[in-house]
Amino acid sequence: MNENLSADPRLPAAVIAARAAAMASRALGRGGGSTIPGVVARRVCPRVLRELSSRLPEGAVAITGTNGKTTTTRMVAEILRVAGIRAVNNSTGANLITGVTAALVSDADLLGRPRSGLGLFEVDEASVPKVAAEAGLRVLAVLNLFRDQLDRYGELAYTAKVIASSFEHLPAGGSVVLDADDPLVASLGRSAGKAVYYGVEDRRLDTGRLEHIADSSDCPVCGRHLDYEAVYMGHVGLYRCAGCGFSRPGVRYRASRVALEGSRGTRFLLGTPSGEREVRIRLPGLYNVYNALAAAAVAGEVGVGFEDITRGLESFRGAFGRVERVRAEDREVFLLLIKNPVGFDEILRTFMLSGEATHVLIAINDNDADGRDVSWLWDVNFEMLRDVREGLPPFRVSGIRAHDMAVRLKYADLPVGEVVPDRREALKKALGATPPGETLYVLPTYTAMLEIRRALSDMGYTHPFWEDR
Amino acid sequence: MKLTVHHLYARMMNLYGDRGNVISIVRRCEWRGIPVEVVEVNLGEKLRPTGCDVFLFGGGQDREQALLAEDLSGSKGADLRAIVEDGGVMLGVCGGYQLMGHHYETPEGQRLPGIGVFDLYTRPRRPDEARLIGNVLVRTSLGGEERELVGFENHGGRTYLGGVEPLGRVVSGYGNNGEDGTEGARRLNAYGTYLHGSLLPKNPWFTDHLIATALRRVDGSFELEPLDDGLEERAFRAMAERITSGRA
Repeated sequence: MNENLSADPRLPAAVIAARAAAMASRALGRGGGSTIPGVVARRVCPRVLRELSSRLPEGAVAITGTNGKTTTTRMVAEILRVAGIRAVNNSTGANLITGVTAALVSDADLLGRPRSGLGLFEVDEASVPKVAAEAGLRVLAVLNLFRDQLDRYGELAYTAKVIASSFEHLPAGGSVVLDADDPLVASLGRSAGKAVYYGVEDRRLDTGRLEHIADSSDCPVCGRHLDYEAVYMGHVGLYRCAGCGFSRPGVRYRASRVALEGSRGTRFLLGTPSGEREVRIRLPGLYNVYNALAAAAVAGEVGVGFEDITRGLESFRGAFGRVERVRAEDREVFLLLIKNPVGFDEILRTFMLSGEATHVLIAINDNDADGRDVSWLWDVNFEMLRDVREGLPPFRVSGIRAHDMAVRLKYADLPVGEVVPDRREALKKALGATPPGETLYVLPTYTAMLEIRRALSDMGYTHPFWEDR
Repeated sequence: MKLTVHHLYARMMNLYGDRGNVISIVRRCEWRGIPVEVVEVNLGEKLRPTGCDVFLFGGGQDREQALLAEDLSGSKGADLRAIVEDGGVMLGVCGGYQLMGHHYETPEGQRLPGIGVFDLYTRPRRPDEARLIGNVLVRTSLGGEERELVGFENHGGRTYLGGVEPLGRVVSGYGNNGEDGTEGARRLNAYGTYLHGSLLPKNPWFTDHLIATALRRVDGSFELEPLDDGLEERAFRAMAERITSGRA
């Protein structure tokens, strides 16, 4: 590709300007500069993403979907590390086109030559067409589509349409990796040139019912209500439409014999075209089995061998803030990011239903990055905890919408603990109420997570996130 | 005397935490020892009113609304209209509200007939218009008393009232169309609104108004016992203060 090095004379200038912007942003204490360099670079050279991406020897892959983008991207990064493939990724979660650009720019040398072999990007659902058009994706993985932040994205069917519109930008031989168990996601395969599916095959995980969430339990093809043989979470499971015959496609990557072991992690039998073996991941909950499967599929589709895939999955430790343990002297803080009803339900099921989590602080913010609408709290099935929470300390609540959260708990007939809207103060109080040797479970929305992590950092318990690499 | 909550199209029209409205009515009855039952009414199923009913009609996505409009165009729509004419209690939120009017036009230009409980219609948002999204504070008077409601609105459609009374006046937010300051609609004991959030949990007086109205249709002298609404009041005040101070 060397003949292309001078394709756009503005490229080196874009790289230099972006570097300067990153340094300035850091100096001003604006965090890791994970977006601004991208904005600057694109202004100097609008083709910067195309140019840099086209020089990646192994091409680029992207991961999108409502839940699990960051964790899955990190898992793939770990697999690639184990496999000895150098990848550039937007690891701090700046997942719009500017964040993707910034990652590539910071990886490039001053002549605009990437140092990495492969581009690995987590991409916001709405940004997928643009990234696909500019980055020439080899593999695009769509994890799931749940109702999340409708105030930003509008309706699910629309989001699905937007994602499908990007398929035409994939180069010949490019493939789409899809969750077979999410009907709306699986239906996207019908408009993709090459679709590769993954899914869970374990009927023991059947929760026996669809939650009260009108996400997409209707057939995405004909609109009839789907028949489910097993419902794993939300609308995800083994389904079939009696109307048009649309059904869960056969999978190339599968997880069976799933054993959920609470915060200790999860074991399952991973089946791929290149091998089958039991793997143990250090992340809790069924949703992380899906993330691991997606990561295995993406890695497999870019040619990583089975051995490296399993080693990478097993050596992976959670992505920042999503699932994170912080030692606070003689206590531990366990951070579990919450984003939407299905994710919240899974956390309740994984940690609270067993009675494992005793001391709990929930922090709900409604800033733009959290979603300004908190009505989704009413779709979380807190009612499942009514019996098990008896005798345990009541949940403490915090965040800008602490009072809404308190009302939700009250209407689930759960005892409500102290309501302290200020995150820092709430954290201090909750830590104080957690006996030495025990763990405080903190369930924050995105910006509350940032605030709580910063508070922990200020108390000397961890480091700021942009150092978290 | 048992209250029956009919959750209309519960499976499809439950978009923005509408379930919170159901939970709110159920708990506030249970806490007072009033027997309460929730009945889901889905596509193709008939209405079975018991005389002491609240009909809840939540929001959905356009594709679902089209299926419902068809279902409502038969006897179910006529039955609901008759129930409202007879003083039955009904609350429609967002998509449900839109289908309580004459028609709702989808962004694709499909005109979905409503059940005509309210003299209003809804048109889609034009390409140059934004979705109407944000926290809302509404002033309303029911039974002569001025009260406030808070909620969160998120709708592309613009609703225009004909002869029907609005539910209230927008203090902050967009309301029916972002132009005329009206929010929602009310007629007899039927209410429509764009406020979710969920609406009823944070506005318990309105929940109680629906419950009491339904019970009084059976026992005219019925009075609700007051409950301790400390948490609800704080949630309401926190949002109302935020809105009036311009921070929401």
